[in-house]
Amino acid sequence: MNRKSLFLLTLVAAFALLLAACAGGAPAPAAGGEESAQAPAAGEAAAAEGGAQEVVIGFTASQTGKYNVESDRQTTGLQMWMDDVNNAGGITLGDGTVLTFKAVSYDDESNKDRVQELYTRLATEDNADFLISPYSSGLTAAAAVIAEQYGKPMITTGAASDATYKQGYTQVYQAYTPASRYLTSAVDMLTALDPEAKKIAIVYENSKFSTGVAEAAQAYAQEKGYDVVLFEGYDPDTKDFNAFINKIEAAKPDAIMGGGHFQDGSTFARQLNEKGVDVKAVTLLVAPPEPTFAELGDAALGVTGPSQWEPAAKYSEEAAQEAGLEWFGPSSDEFTSAYESAKGEAPSYHAAGGYAAGLLLQKAIQDADSVDPAKVKEALDNLDVMIFFGHEKFDTSEESHGLQVGHDMIIIQWQKDDSGNLVKQVVWPPAGATADPIYPIP
Amino acid sequence: MGEVLITSALDGLLIGVIYGLAAMGLTLIFGVMDVINLAHGPLIAVGMFGVYLLFTFLGINPFVALLIMAVIGLLLGFFIYFVAVNRVIDAPPLSSLLSTFSVNMMIIGVGTALLTTSSYNVEYSLGSFEFGFFRVPGARLMAALAALVVTGLLYLFMYRTRPGKYIRAVADNRASAELMGIPSTRILALAFGIGVMLAVVAGGLIATILPINILAGGSFELKSFVIVVLGGLGNPLGALFGGLILGLIEGLVPVVMKTTWVPVIEYALFVLILLVRPQGLMGAKK
Amino acid sequence: MKRLRFPGLWITLILVIGVGIIPAINGSASLRESMFTILMSVALASSLNIILGYTGYVSFGHIVFFGVGGYLGFYVISQHGWNILPAMLVGGLSAAILAFLLGATVLRLRGAYFALATIGINEAMRALVINIPILGGPVGMEMHFSEYKKYGGPMQALWMVYWSVLIVTVLTIVVSYYVKKSKFGLGLMAIREDEDAAEVMGVVAPRAKTWAYVLSAIFPGIIGVLFFFKNGNIEPGDAFRLQFSIELIVMVMLGGAGTVLGPVIGSGIYQQLRKVLLTSPIFKNIQLAVAGFLLLLIILFIPSGAVGWLRSKSVKLRRVLE
Repeated sequence: MNRKSLFLLTLVAAFALLLAACAGGAPAPAAGGEESAQAPAAGEAAAAEGGAQEVVIGFTASQTGKYNVESDRQTTGLQMWMDDVNNAGGITLGDGTVLTFKAVSYDDESNKDRVQELYTRLATEDNADFLISPYSSGLTAAAAVIAEQYGKPMITTGAASDATYKQGYTQVYQAYTPASRYLTSAVDMLTALDPEAKKIAIVYENSKFSTGVAEAAQAYAQEKGYDVVLFEGYDPDTKDFNAFINKIEAAKPDAIMGGGHFQDGSTFARQLNEKGVDVKAVTLLVAPPEPTFAELGDAALGVTGPSQWEPAAKYSEEAAQEAGLEWFGPSSDEFTSAYESAKGEAPSYHAAGGYAAGLLLQKAIQDADSVDPAKVKEALDNLDVMIFFGHEKFDTSEESHGLQVGHDMIIIQWQKDDSGNLVKQVVWPPAGATADPIYPIP
Repeated sequence: MGEVLITSALDGLLIGVIYGLAAMGLTLIFGVMDVINLAHGPLIAVGMFGVYLLFTFLGINPFVALLIMAVIGLLLGFFIYFVAVNRVIDAPPLSSLLSTFSVNMMIIGVGTALLTTSSYNVEYSLGSFEFGFFRVPGARLMAALAALVVTGLLYLFMYRTRPGKYIRAVADNRASAELMGIPSTRILALAFGIGVMLAVVAGGLIATILPINILAGGSFELKSFVIVVLGGLGNPLGALFGGLILGLIEGLVPVVMKTTWVPVIEYALFVLILLVRPQGLMGAKK
Repeated sequence: MKRLRFPGLWITLILVIGVGIIPAINGSASLRESMFTILMSVALASSLNIILGYTGYVSFGHIVFFGVGGYLGFYVISQHGWNILPAMLVGGLSAAILAFLLGATVLRLRGAYFALATIGINEAMRALVINIPILGGPVGMEMHFSEYKKYGGPMQALWMVYWSVLIVTVLTIVVSYYVKKSKFGLGLMAIREDEDAAEVMGVVAPRAKTWAYVLSAIFPGIIGVLFFFKNGNIEPGDAFRLQFSIELIVMVMLGGAGTVLGPVIGSGIYQQLRKVLLTSPIFKNIQLAVAGFLLLLIILFIPSGAVGWLRSKSVKLRRVLE
């Protein structure tokens, strides 16, 4: 009996060791855990010395999975901002502390499961001082909970859905124009171009973001007297849009609005063209502003899309003065040419959004003259600034704290230049337009 | 309304033929060796990318590329059979489910590392054809025809050639087939190879008409389950029938209700048929 | 010294509880999150083991119970402000009822047919939820942050959820052990070996299978509520993720199907392995392929899993490991 219990004990001990080693091994040894409990204190101790301090920015990127195109661009933009600041010698605070920035990021596989675990890790193990959101509203909704739970300010970019900012969060700040204002200007443009147009079909991806956009657009269009003849969502995995296209043809709309993200949106545009659908205007989300949308060839011609930002967008120090706003950071041209020389392609708005997120954080840190989360949060609440990305200001009301209220959308359209190449033109609002809209689609 | 119904039905049937072909390999393998090949989806993706790469980088016509991929698919099938399936062929069903699933993970893993999960398009157009009010891209028509040809060839092979008859014999009763001198392991490998080949070919055809990504085979795998049950598990020709039904459902249901109800109907039908008529609408292998 | 009477149970429990309280000792939130994932997998895999390992029915879409329980539980919390405890009851109960109804029909199918049917049920359920507006439709539901304040703020809420998962996991293991040791469990294992023979010997197979199915559904239903409460939001794709269902089967097989300890060890190994692969610079891009390769090796060469293999190696181990 004695031998048996001894044997048992050994066995249990061995197992416990094994699992403890497993559990401890990958994420953190016990010491790391203790350190994380005192994370904020450690940061300030360094600041008090008046020397250099490294500010850790944590985020996840979708290196794999369905969002990887957009997410890669966003990360590139953010990284560019960080390099710019660090190469310029960092930020010097009032007390002489020089701040430099360091990114810690993980691959979230475009999968929500991983997002929360990784953001918790960023907030605790990696001692991230501030967080940037992942790409997409769905993943950001998951990350926002963690930011709030651990009280880490988070700038969201690539996450337009309104719902996330109506869940009582106080640490989350949206750089993008919210989904509810994505397509309203497309409706306005249609009204201006063709007072005769009466029927709109809205076909959208069943994701958080595009559903929010579509519902707001439907309400707005109906309010403006339009007849929404088709209002339907499709599964994010949809590859074959024929069923929808047949329905659209039966409903005979003047304009089609909708889409979702890049892959489904470009496929939708391609198949609309293949089927020869006869409508006067097609406005799709996310996909048209991407430079690669031009690969569709003729299917891209005439397609319009709302964009958060375009290289041609006219946001400058002068524009800021006119609007009576403070100007901050590089100009649109500076960002665009820097991006082009680094990446060999024009930046899309996802890249610009990544850069803008970093810039907003930098502005808030400078305003607060501190990296203390509470002070930076206060500075973000008071932020009202124009950057190359546009006007940025956050809602501070209790019910929708952090919602973007300053930034506006523009509309782009793919047109042909004199030599017959597809070019992206800004067609709305008229004040910032680089070309007149083509209407109806040829 | 009439026009919409006809257009939707025709569109549905055209894609349904391809669904049917995509499911054929799965049901063949199940019929012969009671193995549900969970690597089916990724193998469809292999076909997609094979055709994509051959076309885009070597400029080979997609339909020629399809022939090349068919041979590669057959060899790949042999390889997978001997590495992952042969040892577990007599084990409980769980073992073969998991071993083929491990192949699934390996293909997706390597594929994701090499190709990412982004979408690609085979930029191959055959113009459009118009039949009255029905307009169809030429590539879709060609793909559907090719799928019918492949089905016909499979039928000829299974019923008119000696290896085909061996496969059917092994499917019916492996022990007695062996007693008759049929080398059952080699025949099983052949059947698996052909099953994989069919998946790869189906993938290649899909690539000519729809955007592809490394995970795109997954949705065809799920559809294949439904088709296989509709047409009778283990009955390769029933798969064509199942595919047509599925295509019709996907074409016609959206005309009368929200498209998001389509999968509810599909899967409910699937479970229902399993329960009340597990041999499928067309009758299973036995 | 009193004789340890159920070593198979105690070893497993000491192991789970011992590892489960580590995050409390060093207070690390990050470790707690990792452990949460592992404990959740342990509970889900152990539940699955009751129908898969003991009864021999390959429930491929077992995640459907996690999804249904999670959805209904999250619904009453986020839309009606219920407390987490009654919501957990709702989750467990709804999963159990679903399993009971399905048991009466789907469990008639055997082998691959049953496996396929469970996939179909999971997919049908996912598609159905997308069409139910009060459950949020395709975009799911979000929970207002103030819900956490009812439990003393987010930190306390997270710890509370963690302890709840630990308790549910322990309960799952106890149930799993007693099922295995009971006459009921013997009946299940007889069904696994030969269902027709078992019926001849007096096992009422349909009833036994149904109850096994119900037992294996309750805990996933409860875990679903806890998981989504912690997440703060729920979407159809996350709740009915077939991939996760398959991963659970892998965990059970890794540790050893039909053993009490197996799913525990299997989940631990699987989740840690995944994490190491995902964060290692060499394997990061190809982690799925490496995991697949390891899985294949196990299926081909150690089909009885880690615990099954250990048991087959020594008589002593067979006596203490269940």
